[in-house]
Amino acid sequence: MANTITINDDSFKQEVLDSEKPVLVDFWATWCGPCKMVAPVLEEIAGEHGDKLTVAKLDIDQNPGAARDFQVMSIPTMILFQGGKAVKTIVGAKGKAALLKDLADVL
Amino acid sequence: MTTPTTVRDLIIVGSGPAGYTAGVYAARAELEPLLFEGTQFGGSLMTTTEVENFPGFREGIMGPDLMDEMREQAKRFGADIRTEDVEEIELDGPVKKVVANGETYYARAVILAMGAAARYLGIPGEEKLLGRGVSACATCDGFFFRDQDIVVVGGGDSAMEEATFLTKFARTVTLVHRREEFRASRIMLERAKANEKIRFVTNAEPVEVLGENSVTGLVVRDTVTGEQSTLDVTGMFVAIGHDPRSELVKGQVDIDGAGYVTVQSPTTATSAEGVFAAGDLVDHTYRQAITAAGTGCSAAIDAERWLSEQGDITENTLAAAGEPVAVDA
Repeated sequence: MANTITINDDSFKQEVLDSEKPVLVDFWATWCGPCKMVAPVLEEIAGEHGDKLTVAKLDIDQNPGAARDFQVMSIPTMILFQGGKAVKTIVGAKGKAALLKDLADVL
Repeated sequence: MTTPTTVRDLIIVGSGPAGYTAGVYAARAELEPLLFEGTQFGGSLMTTTEVENFPGFREGIMGPDLMDEMREQAKRFGADIRTEDVEEIELDGPVKKVVANGETYYARAVILAMGAAARYLGIPGEEKLLGRGVSACATCDGFFFRDQDIVVVGGGDSAMEEATFLTKFARTVTLVHRREEFRASRIMLERAKANEKIRFVTNAEPVEVLGENSVTGLVVRDTVTGEQSTLDVTGMFVAIGHDPRSELVKGQVDIDGAGYVTVQSPTTATSAEGVFAAGDLVDHTYRQAITAAGTGCSAAIDAERWLSEQGDITENTLAAAGEPVAVDA
């Protein structure tokens, strides 16, 4: 039962940029160990704060477009979008407490 | 409603080969260990690719896959694994305290296996450009440097492994090392030297990472002539070693000058009664997955024997120690 949504280059505009709710996009790939570490933490955050925040996962192997557009050069990178704009970039796997702190403005 | 706090036999702090192996052995010995793996679980192998020298895998195994196997093996025998970061550890007295996610847990014995964290250079531009061309994880970020020119800084096995791995993506990889000779094993060094995409720049010390929004170059100083030059690169991968994660237990167990927890070799006993340590937190000599797993096993056996020597814990001994806790039934 996933609390996060899965997006791709085609749905990026609709699901992220046009979203009324803030969206945290997790740029990840299957071959990235630290991405696997942060995944369960993001699931938890999505489950607990689903009313205020959407957490969207984007596989950069399948979807190089968005990663290029937002100059993602390291994964995991999580970008917070609000009102169609990237407002915060978080690079690297972090613990839940640290992530919640980074997201405090929207939670 | 209050629930009585229980005192467990054993808490293991840290994952990686040491923590998980301690978990496997302690769980099989029916110590019902509580294992805090942390939110960045799996240890250093989570950022490696192929592990070719772990016995039993003749074709090699991917680092994250090996860690997943160990983790599941510990779970199978009943290790209680929590993906939480430990915030506080108190190791004195007969009952040790571990605080994670704001909650306090108690145990009679503790195994420390927090490992070591990747070291950065600490030069101007490095932190600013982290994730914008500066990386400590080739397997994570190599993908973004297709057909680009990049540097790897370091002279050990992990530098050689990263440089070799990165040639899959990069046009050229320049290996920058501050000395003439390498700490890397011969097989890793030869493999890197045989790779025509890899160029070696020795006696060179990185001075500054250039770039505003992404890396545009690396300034290096020749350690012999003192002359500075700029390498035109768009990525820098740092592989200059690790620092033990001993901050949480500083002042509570003996630690050497470099920050490693010292143990009474050949055992894993630390200077604190009932506290054992294993893996990269202790080892500045071998630092291999197999040696970490080996000392993790030793620590579990040491803890088990120490616990049985102590005999059954009673509420009286706890009360005598001034601990407001009840014994786990």
